[in-house]
Amino acid sequence: SNPFEVKVNRQKFNILGRKTKNDVGLPGVSRSKAIRKRTQTLLKEYKERGKTNVFKDKRFGEYDTKISPEEKMIRRFALERQQNYGKKNIYNLNEDEELTHYGQSLAEIEKLNDIVDSDSDTEEKGTLSAELTAAHFGGGGGLLRKKASSGQQDEEEEKPKSRKELIEEMIAKSKQEKQERQNRRESALELTEKLDNDWKEIHTLIARKPPKSERKDKEVEKPKPDEYDMIVRELGFEMKAKPSERMKTEEELAKEEQARLQKLEADRLRRMRGIDEDANKKKPSHVSADDLADGFILDKDDRRLLSYKDGKINLENEDEEEKDNEEEDGEEGGKEEDESEEESEEESANEDEEDGAADSHSDLESDVESEEEAAGNKERKKHKTNENESHNVKELDPELKAPTSELPYTFAVPESFETFKSLLAGRTIEQQLTILERIQKCNHPSLAVGNKAKLEKLVGFLLEYIGELATLDSPELKAIDKLVLPLYNLCQMFPEAASDSIKFILRDAAHDMEEVIEVKGRATFPGLDTLIYLKITSLLFPTSDFWHPVVTPAFIYMSQLLTKCRITTLQDVIKGLFICCLFLEYVSFSRRFVPELISFLVGVLHISLPKKQGQGYTVVHPFTPAGKNLELLLVCDKQDLESWQKQHLPLSTVTRLKEANRTEINHMRLSCIALCFDLIKKSAVLYESLPSFHEIMRPVRILLTQHVPVNEYPEKLQEWYHSALKELETKEKHYTPLICEKKKPVPLKQYTPKVVKVLEFGRKQAGSKKEQERKQLIQRHKRELKGAIREIRKDNQFLARTQLSEIMERDSARKRKVKELLGSLATQEGEWKAMKRKKGK
Amino acid sequence: DALSAEQKYKLWMRYRYQDCVGYLAELMHHDAFQVKEMSLCTLMNFVELEAQYPLVEVEWKGTVTFPRELLKVVVDGLLPLHEDASLLISRFQEYMEYDDIRYFVIKAVTESIGQVMQKTKERPLPFYQQNVFSLISPINMPNKESDMVKFMAKQDNWEELKVSKLQAHKQAFEKMWLSFLKHKLPTGLYKKVLVILHDSILPYMNEPTLMMDFLTVAYGIGGAISLLALNGLFILIHQHNLEYPDFYKKLYSLLDPSIYHVKYRARFFHLADLFLSSSHLPAYLVAAFIKRLSRLALTAPPESLLMVIPFICNLFRRHPACKVLVHRPNGPEDMSEDPYIMEEEEPSESRALESSLWEIQSLQNHYHPDVAKAAAILNQSLSETEDDISGLLELSAYELFDKEVKKKAVDVPLEFEQVRGLFGKKNDIFAEHFILD
Repeated sequence: SNPFEVKVNRQKFNILGRKTKNDVGLPGVSRSKAIRKRTQTLLKEYKERGKTNVFKDKRFGEYDTKISPEEKMIRRFALERQQNYGKKNIYNLNEDEELTHYGQSLAEIEKLNDIVDSDSDTEEKGTLSAELTAAHFGGGGGLLRKKASSGQQDEEEEKPKSRKELIEEMIAKSKQEKQERQNRRESALELTEKLDNDWKEIHTLIARKPPKSERKDKEVEKPKPDEYDMIVRELGFEMKAKPSERMKTEEELAKEEQARLQKLEADRLRRMRGIDEDANKKKPSHVSADDLADGFILDKDDRRLLSYKDGKINLENEDEEEKDNEEEDGEEGGKEEDESEEESEEESANEDEEDGAADSHSDLESDVESEEEAAGNKERKKHKTNENESHNVKELDPELKAPTSELPYTFAVPESFETFKSLLAGRTIEQQLTILERIQKCNHPSLAVGNKAKLEKLVGFLLEYIGELATLDSPELKAIDKLVLPLYNLCQMFPEAASDSIKFILRDAAHDMEEVIEVKGRATFPGLDTLIYLKITSLLFPTSDFWHPVVTPAFIYMSQLLTKCRITTLQDVIKGLFICCLFLEYVSFSRRFVPELISFLVGVLHISLPKKQGQGYTVVHPFTPAGKNLELLLVCDKQDLESWQKQHLPLSTVTRLKEANRTEINHMRLSCIALCFDLIKKSAVLYESLPSFHEIMRPVRILLTQHVPVNEYPEKLQEWYHSALKELETKEKHYTPLICEKKKPVPLKQYTPKVVKVLEFGRKQAGSKKEQERKQLIQRHKRELKGAIREIRKDNQFLARTQLSEIMERDSARKRKVKELLGSLATQEGEWKAMKRKKGK
Repeated sequence: DALSAEQKYKLWMRYRYQDCVGYLAELMHHDAFQVKEMSLCTLMNFVELEAQYPLVEVEWKGTVTFPRELLKVVVDGLLPLHEDASLLISRFQEYMEYDDIRYFVIKAVTESIGQVMQKTKERPLPFYQQNVFSLISPINMPNKESDMVKFMAKQDNWEELKVSKLQAHKQAFEKMWLSFLKHKLPTGLYKKVLVILHDSILPYMNEPTLMMDFLTVAYGIGGAISLLALNGLFILIHQHNLEYPDFYKKLYSLLDPSIYHVKYRARFFHLADLFLSSSHLPAYLVAAFIKRLSRLALTAPPESLLMVIPFICNLFRRHPACKVLVHRPNGPEDMSEDPYIMEEEEPSESRALESSLWEIQSLQNHYHPDVAKAAAILNQSLSETEDDISGLLELSAYELFDKEVKKKAVDVPLEFEQVRGLFGKKNDIFAEHFILD
């Protein structure tokens, strides 16, 4: 372009790597562009500002870019035709008739001027096929013609095809030919390959070709190997005895066990302090190095440790795993006998018990059981073939068959809780345990792939079952006590599943409580099952960890129970004390501080006092200093006080307070107070090392020393009282001022340049991604705003210019008109004067 | 005799109409809710029609043609003395959207309170007061005069009338509340009033300072009521130049173990944060607050602890002079007693500055891992920036539980001690006191 129109933006410094977009500008060009644009848009708008009518373009598809121009034309034509359809033409012109040549419309022939794309046929490589030449150039001799259209010739002659059709046909044909050629080539390739293979097979034979007769003989001989050879081979390949580890003596075993426990203890301590949790995440403490990660846990005593006693194999595990039978061979024949005998004894015992039980529950489970037994029998038969453990036992003692038929040996893992329940229904607790054990063994994860998932489900079922037992009218706590063992074993096998199930239960319980609080404003203590679950949690998981996926939520839930639930009855007090015990047990090892526990104990002492005592302490939430539900633990009856004996609180009272007389209730109250004293003593021992021990225990001490009527209590209770008080009073007060940890000294400012990695030139580096995005957005907004302001300014200038030019135009027009008028007036005047002069003359 | 037949007919009709209104007013006390609702709606229809076609000719331009007597009948029906009418009142709320109806209802309620309370002579009427409260507490006052556009009936000279002025509305509103609060309220209602006082009553009063007496009395009652009165009092102090002697002393005495357990915990700590945000407070005062808060924290549930520990940290940041509480390098080696006096009412006498925060040190052993971590922060020197506690104020125990339950664990450590039964652990506490029976 014209160098005089170019404006160069000179840069002060050359910066490496910076892209410059605007170093050269064309002000003239861009200005004229802008003006043109404005005249097209702004000026139009300006000119039409006073107009209300709009110009509409009704041409079909004029502004539709989707339709191609050709189609547009066709559609327009069709529309035009539609409009004209039916309207009689006023002239009688022969427009409908078509001119033809050889039966083809001339107009169409004229239109078809497109050429067949011969390039698409790459096979031909420039040479033209006969058909093509025929079509284009009218064809050569008749021979070619005939070849091209052999069958259809007659038809063709009758009804000549249009040129387009002909060409299409031709293309199709050439394609088909191409396809055939390809097929032929492929089949040839295949044949070659086959031939190759055949050759290879024969080749070996040819290489050392024996005479024909010999070959035949050998073929006959071959299938008969020598028997001697066979034996030799067999002996050669047979497993040789390998040196194994020396059998360990009992001392060594004990030592190992001790080392293992020590390691576990160390792990527990580390977790309790909550340090470097991440560092040791890779190797869970309780998994041994030999673990195949199949869920088979060696720590547990399910692996029989082989040891000797008095020269004989020491058989500690009477209840031998059937699996072991496979591994340990004939030497264990005697042992197996023992085992089966024992088992049969057990069975017969079970039978007896069951007989007793069967009467009472016969209506409930008779048909279920018979069905089940039938199924069990079947299964057993089926099992004989693939697994021979139960089979073994039976074969050895055929006479024992009858008693063992009471309990099937194999169990499928129940799929739903209902089937699980029906499996256990009506059995004695020992039988239930055996069933559970057998389910576990028959479906050990190492036996089949799906077993792990199945057994994981079993954890949930077992927990649910325990909960159900606890919610019964007379809770079967003894059964629960036993069922905890298989639960523990399962938990050791599937920690994740167990933790998930318990978390699920806890979440449900907490959710229920939250709902009750939202609706009623205050909660009530949950049932015995929840308490049992909390207790089980402490059995299955270490409660001393700094953070634990199950125990920490349990802690929070218990804290909610102690602070949110109202205490209206003696049962509530017992439940609360139970949770206090739980808390103490949870923190017994880690000695963590539980404020709720002390507050609750203060509250319990508070409700054991008569109303309106002089205070000196405050009680917090579930307890109120005044109002209802006070004196729940107050005992006034002298006789009851005297006749009290320390008794264990039966847990069943939690669900249902027996129709006890006043004396019994009073005794229970006194037991609660005794329990409270004991808990105070225990927590005092636990928390003595806390720096503000005395502040924590102050309300308790005030209550004990000033308010509790010790002298009225029976002697035994006084003993409890004094031992608690002693724990509180003997601790000496000891305070040391706090000192902060020294913080690292702030390093001096360095004057070496800060080196920052430049990732992309021209972009601000600092800040996170989010920050950068924000900055970018701000910058873009600024730029847009500037641009918009500039545009608006220019628009206004443009408008002002046009307005000015309009005014100028108007003015000049007016001036011209005035001049004209004045001119005409002047001529008039002149004429008039001239006339006058003439007259005057 | 002088009346024409048509006039007589009209007169007769007028009497029938009044009878009808009387019956409907009686039906407002019917047992069935549907009947009550129907009569309420019918009466309100009458109100609307009467407002459009007044029964009495407009005598001069300044009079309002609104049927105030009829509305009074409705309001009396809505406020029975001896039963709870909250259902009917909530049905009535849709009419309160109209600015003119609201205005006249406010006036009618004021009148009703005057009459009823006069009669009963300070004898508390819990149902009546509850009804009045549920009628007037949801009143949604307009903020600007231009918002007042929804009227049931408009007259020609509308702009000149009082009904169209926001000032008049505010005056009536204020008068109504003052007459309501003048009488003794049941505790529950007291709390409810205080809860809504700061954002739906005070801003719509012409003279918020008139509430001063009420608030001062409430603040003096103690307990939860004092906590709630704090909010209204804060508005008066902050925006209306109220001088409150010994404010901080009173605030200090409000701190008792229940503050960590009550429902209004979030509101209280929000305000306490505001009050203690001034950097001009003397160090002894702030130290006393810190010490008292942490002493009380020894009985607090974890959700409160998670809030109060950052709160205390913020106080340290604002008042560096208090840092002696956590860092006293040259102090006496061994003390036999905590110098801080918990029972002292006067913060300046409590000797808080001579003490140390052993309570927070004890909380470093708290069972909840987050609390223990938060408490351990005070061992180190604090960062400069304040923690934002606004998100922690509303923390509930259930949220805390939910958060923990949802955490994903990589592996689950297990108990290695073999189980021997439910109570089978070594030294099991349960075995000593409970039996499985």
